[in-house]
Amino acid sequence: MWWKGCPSWERALGMLREEMERAGLDPAAVDVIEVTSEDEAERLGFPGSPTIRLDGRDLQPPGPEEPGGLTCRVYRGRDGRTSPLPDREDLRDALLEVSTE
Amino acid sequence: MSGLGIGDKAPSFALPDTSGETHELGEPSPEAAATVVYWTCNHCPYALAWHDRMLDVARDYSGRGVRVFGVNSNDAERYPQDGPEAMAQRVEQEGGWPHPYLHDQSQEAARAFGAERTPDVFVFDRDLRLRYRGAPDAEYDDPSQDAAWLREALDAVIEGREPERSQTEPVGCTIKWK
Repeated sequence: MWWKGCPSWERALGMLREEMERAGLDPAAVDVIEVTSEDEAERLGFPGSPTIRLDGRDLQPPGPEEPGGLTCRVYRGRDGRTSPLPDREDLRDALLEVSTE
Repeated sequence: MSGLGIGDKAPSFALPDTSGETHELGEPSPEAAATVVYWTCNHCPYALAWHDRMLDVARDYSGRGVRVFGVNSNDAERYPQDGPEAMAQRVEQEGGWPHPYLHDQSQEAARAFGAERTPDVFVFDRDLRLRYRGAPDAEYDDPSQDAAWLREALDAVIEGREPERSQTEPVGCTIKWK
C-alpha cells in the first residue's frame, strides 16, 4: 500500500517483486493499493507509506508511536539506521517464511 | 519545484529554537560567508536518514563562517511528534545539535521559502542570495554520500563561485500543512 507523498514506494515495490522472484513466488501476485485519503487510510488500517503485508501480516508491525494515516513510514534496518524503506534482508526472510508455510 | 529561485533574496524570519531563544534571518551578516536553511522534522524517515549528514555539515563548516538553521514547519496538531516539546526532547536526547532547531508554528517561513519537503535545503551566499536548493545528496539510503551536493555548494559559495549544481529535486516527506 502506498501514498503518493512518499517517494520510496516505487523502490519498495521493485524490491518486493525482486525478492518474490528470488523466493520462487510470482511477482505479479502483488496487490498494489494507492491510499488517497485519511478516511481510506483509517478503513485500511494504513500505518503509512510504503506498507507491505504478506498474507495480511505487516512486514514490520507499526509501533504505538507511529502516527499512521497519510504519512511516510520509518523503517529501522538491521544496521540500526532509519530509512523510508524496509530492510531487504527482513523482506527476504519474511518471504521465505511465507513461501514455506 | 516552487518557491525561491536561484539569486533570490532570503525571506526574513524570527523563529524560536528548542530552548526558546529566537533566531533571526534578515540582513546579511558580515560574519556569515554562507547560510544554510533546511526543512526537517522528527517523524519523516527521509529527514531521519539524512539527519547525521546534516549535523556533520554544520560541524564541519562552522569554522568556515557557515551558519545553519534547521526548521520544522509541520502541523504539530496532526503530528505531535513535531511539536516544540518533542523537538526539545529530541535535541536533548541526542546530546545537543550543532545548529538551532527552529519551530515555524505559523508555517509562514515554509511558505515564504517555498519549502516543500523534509529535507529541503537552501544555501545562501554572503548577501543572502539563494545559490543552491534541493537535496543534501543523491541518496537518502547511502550515508557515504555525505551530503555531497550540499558540501559542493557550500565550498563554491565560500570561495565566491557559482555552485556547479544549483538545483536538485528535494526528496522526502511533504511538509504537513495545516
